[in-house]
Amino acid sequence: MTAQGNILFCGVGGQGILLASEITAHALLAAGLDVKKSEVHGMAQRGGSVVAHLRFGAKVWSPLIDPGRADLVVAFEMLEAGRYLPFMHEKSRLVVNTHTILPPAVATGKMSYPTDVLDQLRSRGLALTAVDAFAVAKEIGEPRAANVVLVGMLSTWLPVPEETFIKVIESRLPARIREVNIKAFREGRRLAAES
Amino acid sequence: MSRKLTEKLWMSGNEAIALGAWEAGVKVASGYPGTPSTEIMENLSTYENVYTEWAPNEKVGLEVALGACFTGVRALATMKHVGLNVAADPLFTASYTGVRGGLVVITADDPEMHSSQNEQDNRNYAFAAKLPMLEPSDPAEAREMLQQAFALSEEFDTPVLFRITTRIAHVKGVLEPAREPAAAVEPGLQKMPAKLVMLPANARARRAVVTERTARLKQFAETYGGNRIEWGDKKRGFVTSGVSYLYVKEAFPEASVLKLGLVHPLPAALIRSFAAGVEEVIVVEELDPFLEIHIKAMGIACRGKELIPEQGELNPYIVRQAIAPGAAGAAKLFQPLALPPRPPNMCAGCPHRGIFYCLSKMDVFVSGDIGCYTLGFLPPLSAMDTCICMGASVSAAHGMLKALGDQGTGKVVAVLGDSTFIHSGITGLINTVYNNSASTVIILDNRITAMTGHQENPASGATILGEAAPALDLEQLCRAVGVKHVVTVDPHDIKATRKILKREIARPEPSVVIARAPCVLLPAEKKRPKFPYCIERDACSGCMSCVGMGCPAISWTPLTPEEARELGFKEKQKGYARISEELCNGCGQCTALCKFGCMTRPEEK
Repeated sequence: MTAQGNILFCGVGGQGILLASEITAHALLAAGLDVKKSEVHGMAQRGGSVVAHLRFGAKVWSPLIDPGRADLVVAFEMLEAGRYLPFMHEKSRLVVNTHTILPPAVATGKMSYPTDVLDQLRSRGLALTAVDAFAVAKEIGEPRAANVVLVGMLSTWLPVPEETFIKVIESRLPARIREVNIKAFREGRRLAAES
Repeated sequence: MSRKLTEKLWMSGNEAIALGAWEAGVKVASGYPGTPSTEIMENLSTYENVYTEWAPNEKVGLEVALGACFTGVRALATMKHVGLNVAADPLFTASYTGVRGGLVVITADDPEMHSSQNEQDNRNYAFAAKLPMLEPSDPAEAREMLQQAFALSEEFDTPVLFRITTRIAHVKGVLEPAREPAAAVEPGLQKMPAKLVMLPANARARRAVVTERTARLKQFAETYGGNRIEWGDKKRGFVTSGVSYLYVKEAFPEASVLKLGLVHPLPAALIRSFAAGVEEVIVVEELDPFLEIHIKAMGIACRGKELIPEQGELNPYIVRQAIAPGAAGAAKLFQPLALPPRPPNMCAGCPHRGIFYCLSKMDVFVSGDIGCYTLGFLPPLSAMDTCICMGASVSAAHGMLKALGDQGTGKVVAVLGDSTFIHSGITGLINTVYNNSASTVIILDNRITAMTGHQENPASGATILGEAAPALDLEQLCRAVGVKHVVTVDPHDIKATRKILKREIARPEPSVVIARAPCVLLPAEKKRPKFPYCIERDACSGCMSCVGMGCPAISWTPLTPEEARELGFKEKQKGYARISEELCNGCGQCTALCKFGCMTRPEEK
């Protein structure tokens, strides 16, 4: 555990990346750290590749993570994990959702979906935990909580107690989805401990 | 919304500016949505005791704010960088009239063009319009600096330009707790013709006032707290502003820095004394060499754009590499993988898709415009041939037809959205009718300003607060300006739409086709029960017609001859199409494309 770091969240618009990065930011803030987060809205959101940069530490200047400086990466979609490789370094740790969403060129038969993304990442020595977060969340009874499963896994690498995350989820999410998301978060932590 | 005055806050730059505007006691705020500025007005509309509105365009928005400030209250106008081009007309003369209550104009620039058609550097407007411009570096500073902007506006009798960029607007950071807003000012009308009536005699007198004001602002800049020197190592001295300041601090934490909060006019003596204290001055700024040119014009030696890129965003890595390439800490980077791109796409069930599908099958030149529908440019539809600025589709189509003469009839069509049409398409349409063109204008009326995240507009029937408002009748408006042929179609009905488009585009007179169907992301549409289609796999012939729509719900599964045989297809069948039940919105556009009738709805069985 380290008291400073750069977390890169990436995936496809509509996968709950902003909520996941918000929960993480609030947990780090509650732990007394300075946090900055950068996102892009507008044209970038319509089903396109989406990324959020989150930086934490005693004092954070730049809101952007430099290429080669992402310590932790949470990929909500498998191919997108590969897209942000230039942001990673040899000691980066990754949580990758193996759920796939076909980009337009694949869906229209012009290109094929690369099957070796995880191997490519592993072959560069990156520590990678793969999980079908969508299936895990479905099992819990709420497929839309896949993002919080991934936050649960990420949380085990952060200098923030589990209870702080739970309090953030309790205070930030509407009552009707609170319980299922806490369950999703705990399941994520359990899976991370197992792997 | 009630505000807790004790808790530290976590806010984006846009949220922080809304809070800052409320704390400054802003009474009237007007703007037009545009990334990355939109959330300022959206957030400000949730506060009490401040009137907010969406204007039909940025010129109107700025004039509303200017009028409000003429009554003595504080007023705010918000827009994206290209919006300031639209609002430039009132801006330049507002510089002469000055203000009564404080007036701040926010320009949200978009280096890197994340969601824009150009990356113009609006600091140039401050110089051109002779206005002070403030530029914060992060959300917390944006909120504090906005208080200073209003004070400056009132003290110097001037509108103040306030420039943010995407990495201020959409960056979140920590802020001090909310404060009580400034005391309300009682508005009143006061006749001040020498100041407010800008005809030549008065304007000449005010022009001299502007010169004198700029001289006083230069004095103010020398002692303004937002311009500050942070002495460090004297080898390199960085002059910087905005988010670039953070990149410099990250890349060269030991260096001396002159951080400029007021980027126009500049503090010449302060810059001179900074330059004298360091071995070399390097200017780090995104986009144009704005600071660099003005510093060089003072006769101060510095380097800037010979090192720092003038295109796109910066980051600490770029700054480090530009100034000290190969220095310690410049890690070897992993090279990118070759992966299929994932550009944004129109949603499943998007009504725009039907129109662009029809246009892609016709031999027409599509004069396009700014909105979600600009995505009609992308393959597989590839059905947009120009995109310049808000409203240009209509007037450019008219220009093409005038140049082409008779041979152009039936060959050019303009396409734009409801909000874009109101913003500045209507004037082009008046020109089309007045100057007797043969062009057809398709208004994609999805009942909302969609691209920027669903803002109400004059045709949507609601205000920024969601309260009922008169809804502009687009058909009546088009008829009123003299268009004789106005027809409304349901763009989900591909066959009927195609027939009408063919007829109207061929017509040697102005015509308007209103394609009306709500955006699928509107709350009411999201709640509507969905009846997704599916494709009977065994019936699919693999013709790929439906795949050619580019609907995210339709995907293609390629097959080898062996796989085809195993699935009971002919060996030569290259694959089959599928519809994702989760993604399908049940719009039915694809059913018109399948000659084999493979699309069915489960409940129809």
